[in-house]
Amino acid sequence: MDSHVIDDLKKLLGADSVLHRPEELLLYEYDGSVEIARPNCVVFPRNTKDVVGIVQIANRHQTPIVGRGAGTGLSGGALARQGGILVVFSRMNRILAVDAENQRATVQPGVVNADVSVAVAHLGLHFAPDPSSQRASTIGGNVSENSGGPHTLAYGVTTNHVLSLEVVLPTGELVRLGSPALDSPGYDLDGLFVGSEGTLALVTEITVKLTRNPESVKTLLAIFDTVDDATETVVDITARGITPAACEMLDGWTIRAVEAYVHAGFPIDCAAVLLLEVDGLREAVEQHAEDIADVCRLHRAREVRVARDEHERALLWKGRKNAFGAVGRLSPTYYVQDGVIPRTKLPATLRRITEIGTKYGFEIGNIFHAGDGNLHPIILFDAREEEQFRRAVASADEIIGFCIEMGGSITGEHGVGMEKDRLMPLLFTEDDLNLMRRVRDAFNPAGLLNPGKIFPTTKGCGEIHVRPLPVGAARA
Amino acid sequence: MNTAGATVGSRLADIVGPQHVITDPAHLAPFTVGDKRPAVAVRPQAAPEIAEIVKFATNEQLAVIATGARTKLEIGLPPRQYDIALDMTRLDRVVVYDPGDLTLSVEAGTPLHKLGGILAEHRQFLPLGVPYQAQTTIGGTIASGVDSPLRQLYGTARDYLLGMEFVTGEGVVSKSGGRVVKNVTGYDIHKLMIGALGTLGVITRINFKTFPMPAASRAFVASFQTVERACGMRNRVSQSPLAPMTIELFSPGVADLFSSEAAVRIEPNPMPEHLFPRARWSFTAGFAGNPNTLNRYENDFRKIAEECGAVDATVLTGPQIAAAFARKREFVPIALSSSPAACIIKMSALPTRMAELLTAASRAAEANHLPWVAMARGVGVIYFAILPAARNEEMKRQSAHASDQILAACAALGGQASIPSCPAEWKSALKVWGLERADFAEMEKLKSVFDPRGVLSPGRFVGGL
Repeated sequence: MDSHVIDDLKKLLGADSVLHRPEELLLYEYDGSVEIARPNCVVFPRNTKDVVGIVQIANRHQTPIVGRGAGTGLSGGALARQGGILVVFSRMNRILAVDAENQRATVQPGVVNADVSVAVAHLGLHFAPDPSSQRASTIGGNVSENSGGPHTLAYGVTTNHVLSLEVVLPTGELVRLGSPALDSPGYDLDGLFVGSEGTLALVTEITVKLTRNPESVKTLLAIFDTVDDATETVVDITARGITPAACEMLDGWTIRAVEAYVHAGFPIDCAAVLLLEVDGLREAVEQHAEDIADVCRLHRAREVRVARDEHERALLWKGRKNAFGAVGRLSPTYYVQDGVIPRTKLPATLRRITEIGTKYGFEIGNIFHAGDGNLHPIILFDAREEEQFRRAVASADEIIGFCIEMGGSITGEHGVGMEKDRLMPLLFTEDDLNLMRRVRDAFNPAGLLNPGKIFPTTKGCGEIHVRPLPVGAARA
Repeated sequence: MNTAGATVGSRLADIVGPQHVITDPAHLAPFTVGDKRPAVAVRPQAAPEIAEIVKFATNEQLAVIATGARTKLEIGLPPRQYDIALDMTRLDRVVVYDPGDLTLSVEAGTPLHKLGGILAEHRQFLPLGVPYQAQTTIGGTIASGVDSPLRQLYGTARDYLLGMEFVTGEGVVSKSGGRVVKNVTGYDIHKLMIGALGTLGVITRINFKTFPMPAASRAFVASFQTVERACGMRNRVSQSPLAPMTIELFSPGVADLFSSEAAVRIEPNPMPEHLFPRARWSFTAGFAGNPNTLNRYENDFRKIAEECGAVDATVLTGPQIAAAFARKREFVPIALSSSPAACIIKMSALPTRMAELLTAASRAAEANHLPWVAMARGVGVIYFAILPAARNEEMKRQSAHASDQILAACAALGGQASIPSCPAEWKSALKVWGLERADFAEMEKLKSVFDPRGVLSPGRFVGGL
């Protein structure tokens, strides 16, 4: 990189806010995915003015620029694929305003997701999107990726909770989109920018909705002797019009990994469990919990446990949310997929995933948001062996191919990033993609912001660009 | 038959067949938008035909407006140009409905009531309790961005729309999103099409998440001496664990409005007498659930109402609910037909500022000697109707003056406003799309991507886009 860029950045931000020596950059060449890309420098803005200044410098030197929160992303969204300046928002981590009466909060992008809920807990409120990475991932990252989580089944994903954004466009203009009041006249710019994977703007301020804590919560653990019984239960719960707040599934393989690590109380001899939660008014929760337990039993649940207190409930969720950490102890590397299928296709899809695992010689674990058909197969492999890595990617592609065949999608919450750009033509025509590219180019005309993401490059479809990571740990 | 219409008509007949082209001026009158009548109306049956028509229009420098049941064509500014009406009503198929998965893919011209019937067979529904329920199409509902009382619990269309197929201003069939309930693949372009009045694309197919119908429901109505007290009840409910399906506040004027001839014409089901007292503000809420839950809501509402100083309170059950809900849903059409020159001002603000905003708006109307009536949704969206007694220059001047004051008051309270409906010849005097917006330049960029030649509904949207 041109040393003038570094000089300009140091002049703007101070030397302590710019990293550029190779050993300093190592930490920033990966995220939670299996991708690697090293930036030329890393900067830490303190405020919106800094961000505008950084973007101006990037424009002056025609250098790529990529935003990053905590780096927990699972599709390479926050990696500097073509080098350049990585803008890390960890110092812009203030909650600027909380309006309890109107259930709104305005935060900087570097605020950690869980910190918002902690800050407003005394008001009986929380921020609903709860990705498993929520103790590390930032609101800015959640906005860029339109993050989900277990409770999005009832409460919606990030885009359903964002009211207004302050953004710095790649051309350096500072713009406020939307409004804390609803229904802004004009096009739904917030709707476009949330989930645009950092390709349209750097987000510098976010106004979110806060959700009232439910009066009553019941968490159930349904234990099954076959995977089919568990998936059929999910299909039946959906078809009966019961919407739990969360409906997560862990298969036996994953349960055994989790129990060895977290001791959440999952039975290690079963084939699958469903972790179900209902919330709302006491009177409704009682009945919904009973209805759900009945459906589970109808599908031969061996046992349905109800968490007796907050401690038991927290333990069950700890088992779910730490599952990926548990898996990390079993294998040098693993690859978490993120396919979506119509919920009625869950039983067939889970069976197919097992077959694909057998075909490629992998153990594939499943821990996922069953209620909305969002699969997270985990493929364990040893990245030090090039051949294993190739087979891991090939098996993942085959799973995603099956999801598409079922009428599904290639990513439910992790994003396309640099992981699935080559798969986009499986869902979208060249016309569809061209229109999206032109939308990107309208805001990001020089292509300086987060280049090489979402859209397939001219490289042929099917070419593997991902490179093995020596020892990986990822969250979902 | 005019000559321009005949020439264009014969070219369009090649695309859709002559029986689906209308050039007779008498039959074109219902397609009028603002002050413009199209030269031709065409009734395509599929997206590729629409693409052909739009391409043809682009080449001939003609302008196209897509129409459904034509109930809301008055929204927005008058079009800059308008040659071809694209009647979408032949695109009326349910493409895929998977009740087990609670997902639906439907063509844009499908009437909402037809869709409601199909979903009801499986005890499901779309929470689109929008105005003109008996006529409107799903495409028109989405393109016009009208909202529903049910947004209190279910959110707006953007929260349950999963994907869309549309034709761009360059005549390209394109899509975004998908048919699964969770999906982050590609840009959410379909969200841009909601409320865009067809200025970015012609919507041809829409994918939705459907919802299970609630078991049983009731409604609660309480009346208050002042707007502050009625809003106070709204605030108390929002801080309680209750999650009603709807919350609307009504100004004293609805007592007459909802029992007017206009109201009965639009919604014949009778409403319980004296439900909305003449001199008071009313708080209304709908809620659903099992018998225990319903009782809980009822008891809590009664208690909160009493603490907030309600004069009286009523619980509606059975068919009474449908009649009251229909009036909530059809508030705008009822208001429009109750005055020869009704102007609807849509305002949004932080919910706790609604009492101030309603007070400021009513003062502005009264200072200009204009009757008014208001419906305020619990989420902070207000429909404020000015009801002039006549459609003349003096009333226009007064309405413009009042609406300017209301827009300014709304902005001063941190809110925003627009005027979705007013007499066509008043549109140049009223700020139809509200005050200038800081993000307008970004909207212009989008228009230039989707419709660079200005073929689709030119001039109707914000800032004349």
